[in-house]
Amino acid sequence: MKPARFDYIRAGDIAEAHAALADHGNDARIIAGGQTLMPMLSMRLVRPKIVVDIMHVAALHGIAASGADIRIGAGVRQAELLAWPGLAEHLPLLHAALPWVGHAQTRSRGTVCGSAAHADPSAEIPLCLLALDATLELSSRRGRRRVTAADFFTGMMTTARADNELIEAVRIPKKPAGAGYAFNEFGRRHGDFAIVACAAVASGDTTRLAVGGVADTPALHELGALGGKELDDALDAFAWALDARDDLHATARYRRELVRRMGRATIEEARACRD
Amino acid sequence: MSSVANSTQWCGQSVERVEDAALLTGRGRFIDDLGVKPGTLHAAILRSPHAHARLAAIRTDAARALPGVAAVLTGADIRTLSSSLVVGVKAPVECWPIATDRVRYVGEPVAVVVAASRYVAEDALDLIDIDYEPLPAIVDPVAALDPAAPVLHDGLGANLASERAFRYGDPEQAFAAAAHRIAVTIRYPRNSCTPMETYGLVAEYDAAEDAYDVLANFMGPFSLHAVMARALKVPGNRFRLRTPPDSGGSFGVKQGVFPYIVLIGVAARVTGRPVKWIEDRLEHLAASVSATNRVTTLEAAVDADGRVRALAWDQLEDVGAHIRAPEPATLYRMHGNLTGAYDIHHVSVRNRVVLTNKMPTGLNRGFGGPQVYYALERLMQRIAVELELDPVDVIRRNLIPSGRFPYRTATGALLDSGDYVKAFDIALKDGAFASLRERQAKARAEGRLYGIGLTAAVEPSVSNMGYITTALTPQERRKAGPKNGAQATATVSLDPLGGVTVNVASVPQGQGHRTVLAQIVADDLGLMPADIRVVTDFDSGRDAWSIASGNYSSRFAAAVGGAAKLASGRIKARLARMAAAQLNVGVDEIEFAAGKVRARGNPDNALPFTRLAATSHWSPGLVPVENQALRETAFWSPPELTAPTEGDEINSSLCHGFIFDFCGVEIDRVTGAARIDTYVTMHDCGTILHPGMVAGQVTGGFAHAVGAALYEEFAYGDDGSFLTGTFADYLVPTAMEIPAPLILHLETPSPFTPLGAKGVGEGNCMSTPVCLANAVADALDLDAIDLPLTPAKLAGHIHGAERAPPQRPAAARTGKGRALHGVGEARVDAPPETVWRMLLDPGTLAAIIPGAHGVAKVSDTHFRADVTLGVGPVTGRYKADIRLSDLDAPRAVTLIGVVTGALGDARGAGRITLTADAGGTRVTYDYDAEIGGKVASIGGRLLDGAAKVVIRQFFAALVRHTGGAKPGFLARLFGRGA
Repeated sequence: MKPARFDYIRAGDIAEAHAALADHGNDARIIAGGQTLMPMLSMRLVRPKIVVDIMHVAALHGIAASGADIRIGAGVRQAELLAWPGLAEHLPLLHAALPWVGHAQTRSRGTVCGSAAHADPSAEIPLCLLALDATLELSSRRGRRRVTAADFFTGMMTTARADNELIEAVRIPKKPAGAGYAFNEFGRRHGDFAIVACAAVASGDTTRLAVGGVADTPALHELGALGGKELDDALDAFAWALDARDDLHATARYRRELVRRMGRATIEEARACRD
Repeated sequence: MSSVANSTQWCGQSVERVEDAALLTGRGRFIDDLGVKPGTLHAAILRSPHAHARLAAIRTDAARALPGVAAVLTGADIRTLSSSLVVGVKAPVECWPIATDRVRYVGEPVAVVVAASRYVAEDALDLIDIDYEPLPAIVDPVAALDPAAPVLHDGLGANLASERAFRYGDPEQAFAAAAHRIAVTIRYPRNSCTPMETYGLVAEYDAAEDAYDVLANFMGPFSLHAVMARALKVPGNRFRLRTPPDSGGSFGVKQGVFPYIVLIGVAARVTGRPVKWIEDRLEHLAASVSATNRVTTLEAAVDADGRVRALAWDQLEDVGAHIRAPEPATLYRMHGNLTGAYDIHHVSVRNRVVLTNKMPTGLNRGFGGPQVYYALERLMQRIAVELELDPVDVIRRNLIPSGRFPYRTATGALLDSGDYVKAFDIALKDGAFASLRERQAKARAEGRLYGIGLTAAVEPSVSNMGYITTALTPQERRKAGPKNGAQATATVSLDPLGGVTVNVASVPQGQGHRTVLAQIVADDLGLMPADIRVVTDFDSGRDAWSIASGNYSSRFAAAVGGAAKLASGRIKARLARMAAAQLNVGVDEIEFAAGKVRARGNPDNALPFTRLAATSHWSPGLVPVENQALRETAFWSPPELTAPTEGDEINSSLCHGFIFDFCGVEIDRVTGAARIDTYVTMHDCGTILHPGMVAGQVTGGFAHAVGAALYEEFAYGDDGSFLTGTFADYLVPTAMEIPAPLILHLETPSPFTPLGAKGVGEGNCMSTPVCLANAVADALDLDAIDLPLTPAKLAGHIHGAERAPPQRPAAARTGKGRALHGVGEARVDAPPETVWRMLLDPGTLAAIIPGAHGVAKVSDTHFRADVTLGVGPVTGRYKADIRLSDLDAPRAVTLIGVVTGALGDARGAGRITLTADAGGTRVTYDYDAEIGGKVASIGGRLLDGAAKVVIRQFFAALVRHTGGAKPGFLARLFGRGA
């Protein structure tokens, strides 16, 4: 379990990272916290020619309010966001979900944007980005663009990021007044990938439920003000539409049932905590 | 004179562990921490991605040519320089540490690269080119018995490796007379205790001496030293086996490093250099040692009041792909105590051992106990349920009565000591069983799912080395000569400054042997534990050892501790005679206390211990030879451990502790998760030498058992693919998942061990899984339940029928493991004849097979290609072998593809049908695919997506190549699972 040979570049600034990506494209991998990439390198599941370390790029660090958004740079570790004093006030959903991301040890290394880049369909951070309508800031030597979370996660561990692009930051809208949030997850063990994770955002007469761990990407469903049997029916249809799969840890039927039950509980919890 | 020291008894106290200072400050000396000689090479092992395949060709030229590679060894090389490992049943079958003619499980070694570094060695693995001819695999032990099943070992002619029937008392009569016959059938799954440190070794070969020297984190039993020496074709005295000072857990598992000692030993011989190999976690999970999975039917003849009169066991043991020593020991370790803690006089047993395409099995904490007690204690609960009795009464009624010890069981064990009824009653009282019942009643009244489980068990320890021969018939045993006993050894020596050193062959893996031995010898010699230096790193060339040496069957406290006491006692007797002469008192009046050797009743008439202890070094001329004290080695084998009788009665273990557990478990109605609300475990392990370590052993065994019960399983697909290759899929619980049990004790010293101690380290691995299962069965009112008790499995009993899907029917997604099925269709703007020609043309195939570097046409219907496939972040190079069959030009063809590469392999068959459709062609397809190897083990969740992408790319390219199609037509091209 030793990596194949690769070269390492410690990017000093964004331009240097862009240059490496422009020169090597898919043969280069960005490393930030390394919590996923390092084991994949060791298992030779990935064999990049170049690994580009962006953790020493000062411009990628920092959490900042930016208009209606909170902007989280690519160098921000999950533990840093969890410890950010504004988290509960501005991003209550992430405040609830981040403790479910791996373990304290992995959070102290892993980054917020790295989790988005990896796009594991069971991961909590992509789920929250989708539920919160976040935007990813991508850049390359050729320019910059913004992609919504809904467009960014295109499949299992695949994203809209082009080979030459760097995720510079993610922008997450601040909690608007009156919104309520809830997060629930079921995994086999503490810190495991979710079998089913639910994030709900309720505001006025709108309710959106995002579900992770079931489909190839986190999935979002708008449920308006539905309640009672109508809500159950809508959740049932959503559960079926997710194309759940059997795997070692749970059956498809089990996942659908958790979407129905945990989904409903999460929605009710979010509605109840609207302020 | 210290009156405190005078009265101090170290045994029985939780003294600070001498091991901990080094371990807690990162100064442990594990195999991979130790320096190696200059020039040491590093080995990496290529392993089979197939569960069953013939090795048609192995091409190693490219690997050998890689700079830094010293050698590439295959089965042929190993066959030349070693011989087969001895197999524990009388059958014409071999067991090699590497595949020779075919592979029989995923992870079986196929080639060994020896290179300047592990990195280079792993680079070279990628360059080895192997042609596998896949064979049908057999995974299920019952199916393996089918005469039509694929046979693993031609020498056996079938997969049944051993079958024996036993009869004790008069079971037929007991069953005929019984008021009730109650039975359970159990499928016990595979799991392992997964030590934190994996296997590791450094092997050297001395050509001048024709001798091997191996340093390995092997744990015994050292009967395997003989197996290894024979395989390496040297006498035992030319195979020196040493162990490092520290070993990071074993739980039986590191017994399984022994085939690698042979394999890497040969590599050292071939290269003429020391060779180091450290097993990585992927290798460990796929190919180290698993506990056996077992199918058991157990039936009881029962009186109306729940009293069990007879048991009928039928055990089908699955040892995996090879009968690797010491198997089939798992099946026979418990033979003497198949009646558990109960007074049952009539027993019949049918034991069968079967081979399947899975990892070979071996020692694992609990060794045979979990499988036996799961059946026995599920049965006891079923008796209570079916006869509408209180399970507490059923257990009590059947326990061996007080005052009947030593008690000879029907199958031959001599239960040394205990008072089971008393321990049972103490546990119910001190564990507050009555309030647990109230808690359950309250929970149930609130509509919650809450169950109570109980288990009584006998925990055997200090195995009789002869029990394994119970697998042979009495005739076979007579021919082979009797095997029995369990030699324990310990050496106590005195140095010229009067210091005391203890050497043992107990090979600890973190248990704290050094601390306990210091306590024992300090008590004996009236010293402080810190005065005693205990050395546990082992050297077969210098230490006293025998075949039973090692760290297994919970033998340390009873056997090794006892041998140390005996060795110390001999030194003490000599010193006492020496002291008596010097102090002018009788030997009977000498006492050892507070660092002095003195006259009892006159403490001023004393000699410092160190001065007396040094005497035989400095002035032996002053001491009669029979009183000289320098070094004593005790060999101790208890006489109770006799060979199996003609009637197959076997005292399989020397000591038998008693365990009674009960627990309360609540099941979440939404998730099906089982939460252990309360757990009480009562132990009688004889005399307790170190309470803290006993608590540690019980807690550790409990943690392993919670894993086995609720989380862990080595899972295999129906095709033998291995599905739990990382700790993301093989779920070991952490401190977050394991509650602290309430531990209770009753101490009934063993009359058969020098210190009265018994083993205690494995008991909860035996009792806890079934105790939890009984609680779950009680909570959910289930007749039958097998491990692991996963949330999805339990939810299946709670959630009830599912509503039908709202619109479209869900395509059935069946099958276990990584089997994929799919259907789909596409429309192509070319007539069927054109599409047909393309499918049979290497040029077109090269263009449309995703990632193909070139397609070689072997025949009109057989193609080979090199392809690079990537899904998400995962990229790998593969060899594709594609055959076309059932050709119906230009209407239909079947594509059979086998894709093999370093990441794993995929096999698929798809039927493609072409139908003319308005000037174009409608292409429909229907495929089945299976994926195995490293990818199946690691990226389980990635695979469905991978297959989808590859198939999508194939058909998209086909469409492009024929001139395109309507935009967007691929959007929903694939059926579920595609």
